[in-house]
Amino acid sequence: MSAVLQVRDLEVAYHTSAGPVRAVNGVSFELEPGERLGLVGESGSGKSTIALALLRMIRPPGKIEGGEVVLDGTSLLPLSDEEMRRMRLASIAMIAQGAMNSLNPVARVRAQIADCFRDHDVQLSNRELDERISSLLERVGLQPSVANMYPHELSGGMKQRVCIAIAICLSPKVIIADEPTSALDVVVQRQVMDTLQVVQTDIGASIILIGHDMGLMAQVVNRLGVMYAGDLVEIAAVSDMFGDPLHPYTQLLIGSLPSLSSKRLMRAIPGLPPSLLNRPAGCPFRARCPHVMSRCETENPALRQVRPNRQVACHLYDS
Amino acid sequence: MAALLEARRVTKAFGGGVFTKSKVNVALEDFSMTIQDSPPSITAIVGESGSGKTTLARTILGMTPPTSGEVLYRGTDLRRLDGDQRRQFLRDVQVIFQDPYEVYNPFYKVDHVLEVPVANFKLAPSKEKARALIEEALQAVGLRPDETLGRYPHQLSGGQRQRLMVARAMIMRPRLIIADEPVSMVDASLRATILDSLRDLNEKLGVSIIYITHDLTTAYQLSENIVVLYRGSIAEVGDVERVVNAPEHPYTRLLISSIPLPDLGRPWEKERVIPEHAGGRMTGRSSCQFVDRCPSAMEVCREKAPPLFQTEDHRAAACFLYRDRPELGLGDVHQVFAGKSSVPIEA
Repeated sequence: MSAVLQVRDLEVAYHTSAGPVRAVNGVSFELEPGERLGLVGESGSGKSTIALALLRMIRPPGKIEGGEVVLDGTSLLPLSDEEMRRMRLASIAMIAQGAMNSLNPVARVRAQIADCFRDHDVQLSNRELDERISSLLERVGLQPSVANMYPHELSGGMKQRVCIAIAICLSPKVIIADEPTSALDVVVQRQVMDTLQVVQTDIGASIILIGHDMGLMAQVVNRLGVMYAGDLVEIAAVSDMFGDPLHPYTQLLIGSLPSLSSKRLMRAIPGLPPSLLNRPAGCPFRARCPHVMSRCETENPALRQVRPNRQVACHLYDS
Repeated sequence: MAALLEARRVTKAFGGGVFTKSKVNVALEDFSMTIQDSPPSITAIVGESGSGKTTLARTILGMTPPTSGEVLYRGTDLRRLDGDQRRQFLRDVQVIFQDPYEVYNPFYKVDHVLEVPVANFKLAPSKEKARALIEEALQAVGLRPDETLGRYPHQLSGGQRQRLMVARAMIMRPRLIIADEPVSMVDASLRATILDSLRDLNEKLGVSIIYITHDLTTAYQLSENIVVLYRGSIAEVGDVERVVNAPEHPYTRLLISSIPLPDLGRPWEKERVIPEHAGGRMTGRSSCQFVDRCPSAMEVCREKAPPLFQTEDHRAAACFLYRDRPELGLGDVHQVFAGKSSVPIEA
């Protein structure tokens, strides 16, 4: 099957007064139809920048410097602003991090969903619109009466469901969910993620789930990409990733996770990620890596296939 | 000897003014807990947002007076401490807040937050001694003084700033540290260092710790005893091993089964989850707070609020499922804490 989304050598930089910050440094991946792909990384690793870049919503001083994003056969970067506006929501939708902040506080839920149809020239009578909105709300597990409520009358989990309803209203091919549950409690998080998976299957969309919670990734996604300092350092099926992590960063990251099954010392990863301003040559993880070699000082390893279905960016797997 | 810090039937309600018709919102209801000076303990307080955990922290720090009940420091109500006692309280009880960005004044170098307490409490007789004290504290939390001192807050990472807060608390040689979500804004790879620093303080310097969090996994890793709060009341309390591995209260069960574990062998259970209602408010103890979401709700749960029932030597749950067990008085919560002398289970 051919990929619904192809990202090749995507580069994004923020041009600050201190110099360019390379937030995304040549990232490539593909998204299969119906797949749930996770992108994890620490703060500043470039994961949210990728989300914004795919929607072409990077604002100055940020700029997409190069690469290619192909959505269902259409290359997004050369599109005009108006053409791109039509792609958003209809073909590629986003669920943002702070559910409480992405809804308009002075408009009822109904008006906010109706806006999406109007903006994309979907002609509907009032009755059809009401029916569409009711069925959308039902699909995300909300009462149709929620349509007449204002955001402040809803709990955080309900607001995030409204955001999911908006994201799926035009049945997009790809849904990008940027930490959709990081502001929610674990019980509500599980309900929201269950809902997201149900509607995804309903409309046959693919999901890119962005986050920092490896536990959530293990429970939700099929394939997982690990970001470090703007590089995609490893990407693999989630069972391979947890069963046999290849990149030293992934290994240490998985080792640093607290568990409920045994009380053992959690091992922190010593050191800090490098500054992306004046990125040093070589591998960005080398200062914290237990397997550092002389080659790592000068040459940043490229992401490449080292075994069937296993891609990693590390000199340990050269030869 | 009086306990280091004791909360006695503390209730904190917000709203409900004389002239407004706003509903009274009870953030914390009839909460009791005791922290002894020795042996040093680590107690986790776990709850979701709105469970009253931050209200609890603010109340036992004396930052918010309770609506009813009292908080005692070495036997004296926090509101009645005299000058000397108050100074001693401010030294003995330290706090680490959630946000390692907001606690710093961006115009001062980070040295400021370490120098001020040293000067205010006259912890060192000379500048050299003060410097030595600060450097020692920094090294104890794994920071290199030459890489940390002389910098501004924005030049340090979130993890470094939070460790600096642990160092600041340590300089005071406290008896108790209240850590309110100290790692929730820190990247996963750095969380372990901060939790390790807290554990070190407990083991090497004998400091007791109250670890307030929404994250059960770190609570499990760090603490000996755990208090699970739900909407302002204790749902379950006791030995962390027992509570986490064999939860008894239906809410604790729901909470633990909802944690996304980085373990493919333990998938999310596909059980029915009853969603919360919009605008659900805490209005007092006329019924069990969890009754609307509880899969085992009974008639009695709607009639009155369940007291704590002691289900094991080191555990109690506020749930009528266990009403055949002996009731635990609110003032006796500490008796189920593991490692302390406990009441035998047969009443």
